[in-house]
Amino acid sequence: MDRRRKPKLAVWKFSSCSGCQLALLNLEDELLQVAGAVDIAYFPEASRAVAKGPYDLSLVEGSITTPHDVERIKDVRRESKYLVAVGACATAGGIQALRNFKDVNEFVSTVYASPEYIETLAKSTPIADHVLVDFELRGCPINKRQLLEVLSAFLHGRRPNTPPHSVCVECKQVGNTCVMVAQGIPCLGPVTHAGCGALCPAYNRGCYGCFGPMETPNPEALSEQWGRLGVGEEEIVRAYRGFNANAEAFRKEGEAREKQDAQS
Amino acid sequence: MPGPALEPGTQVVMESSDLQKFIDVLWRKGYHVVGPTVRNGVVVYDELKSVTDLPAGWTDEQEGATYRLKKTDGKAFFAYGIGPDSLKKFLHPPVVRLWRARREGAGFQTVEETEEPPKYAFLGVRACDLHAVAAHDRVFTSEEYADPSYARRRRDIFVVAVNCAKAGNTCFCVSMRTGPKATVGFDLALTEILEGERHYFVVEVGSETGAAVLREIPFKEATAAEKSAAERVIAATAGQMRKALDTTNIRELLYDNPEHPFWDEVAERCLTCGNCTMVCPTCFCTAVEDVTDLAGETAERRRHWDSCFTEDFSYLHGGSVRASAKARYRQWMTHKLAAWLDQFGTLGCVGCGRCITWCPVGIDITEQARALRDKGRIERPSVTVGEHASP
Repeated sequence: MDRRRKPKLAVWKFSSCSGCQLALLNLEDELLQVAGAVDIAYFPEASRAVAKGPYDLSLVEGSITTPHDVERIKDVRRESKYLVAVGACATAGGIQALRNFKDVNEFVSTVYASPEYIETLAKSTPIADHVLVDFELRGCPINKRQLLEVLSAFLHGRRPNTPPHSVCVECKQVGNTCVMVAQGIPCLGPVTHAGCGALCPAYNRGCYGCFGPMETPNPEALSEQWGRLGVGEEEIVRAYRGFNANAEAFRKEGEAREKQDAQS
Repeated sequence: MPGPALEPGTQVVMESSDLQKFIDVLWRKGYHVVGPTVRNGVVVYDELKSVTDLPAGWTDEQEGATYRLKKTDGKAFFAYGIGPDSLKKFLHPPVVRLWRARREGAGFQTVEETEEPPKYAFLGVRACDLHAVAAHDRVFTSEEYADPSYARRRRDIFVVAVNCAKAGNTCFCVSMRTGPKATVGFDLALTEILEGERHYFVVEVGSETGAAVLREIPFKEATAAEKSAAERVIAATAGQMRKALDTTNIRELLYDNPEHPFWDEVAERCLTCGNCTMVCPTCFCTAVEDVTDLAGETAERRRHWDSCFTEDFSYLHGGSVRASAKARYRQWMTHKLAAWLDQFGTLGCVGCGRCITWCPVGIDITEQARALRDKGRIERPSVTVGEHASP
């Protein structure tokens, strides 16, 4: 083993469900190897022991939803040599970005008994909207194999292999049958970023788009096809308003179909 | 066994009740037998031990972006059209490890791949897919760029072709001169015949290896009536075929119209998802990736299917040179129907129609070629390539 100082890893949480941090803990078989390769310096979900920054690699989970978040992410950036945003919240704004399509003050006054104590932003936004992000790992939640790949790549100074093509390529590589062609099931796979290993189609379900838009998505053409399969505009809007509702391609298609739905 | 000399071209008859014996002989001879079977609502190629695994009583209906299996009352084993799988899955698998490396002191030691692939026998291969294998042979076994991984898998295969008894709605082999009758690349070719209560195969010998297998099962010489029954099946299939791709001057047509507005129209529908290239039996492009473990003790290089519809595929320094869907679809179609001729001396399309069926939005290469022919102009003098432009 090389005798250099072990790189310091920090894991940060913003507005999120902690599921992506759990992907790291779920590594089980590899966790000891991870602990051997890096110094887990800050990871409140796993340990109360905290080592001070700066950190070599920061994994950031969650979206920015409060004025406090806006300041805190800047601190995280200052303390981090590399900052990797992990999961749909950190890379697109997450499910909580559904607020972006409504008036957040209405939610606040409906949900909280004393709304005057609530300080929140009108929109839930990804980390890259606020600070420089070195790499984005997609998914809701992220795939633990891909997380391991990103960690390995950063440790060895190479580019992570996390292909941005469609889920379809993964489906064909693992030998799944296309659920849309063979069963007429609406599937977001053709417009969705690979990485999950084509999980849902393997169980005869259409893709839910958990990994957000693929590199060059064409949601308009896919929606036309969904229409031919009998899916209504309202349902199409709902399909794009998932964990990646605020990702540009999904947001635009949702908005376009909403307009059409309102006109019809 | 005394009987007909089993020269290539000889036709004999095997009763359908002897098909199991036939499969058993192949296993006994050390082959890993792969054949059609129904899985997840489609006919796929998978390990085949028993005739009961064959898709008897099943057929399919295919259109652009649609594939549906249908139950029939028939007894035929091979009354279906081709599914998404071709031999590519076995001879040019989706992921192949090329080599590994282990750290040793300050340097590293490479570990060669020694994995011996199974000796495959493929049952039920259609004529179009045999032409696809021939196309891959040209790509992977040329003297300058031989691919050892393909060569290892390809070398000892045993091919039992089945002449198509039904034209799918999306295939167009007749116009590509690649079917429906198997003419090349098989050890034995079967034509399945159901006549009243009788169910048999007319078997054509394609090689000495094929003859040797045949000698271990019951067969008899084919009568003139049986031979003509087989011919009628094939002629009927050819007659049913609805789709066609006119290959006249196709290369000039594509080379002369790269900026035609036609490409913008198809790009509006194209998802750049890559499904067409994955199911295409001739598409062979791959990318390599290097993977390291956390400790940096081992590394490996893997080769996996890639697609000209991905951005990374044409990534050069500074970015992808085919950033738009238009550029990618044009690249794919132009390679298949024009550049392939210059590169390998044949067309890259065998008319199987998989790209039409499995395109999630049903983009149809025959319709695209027709649209280009209607709208585009050929400016350069036409050049004839080879005798026939089929793979």
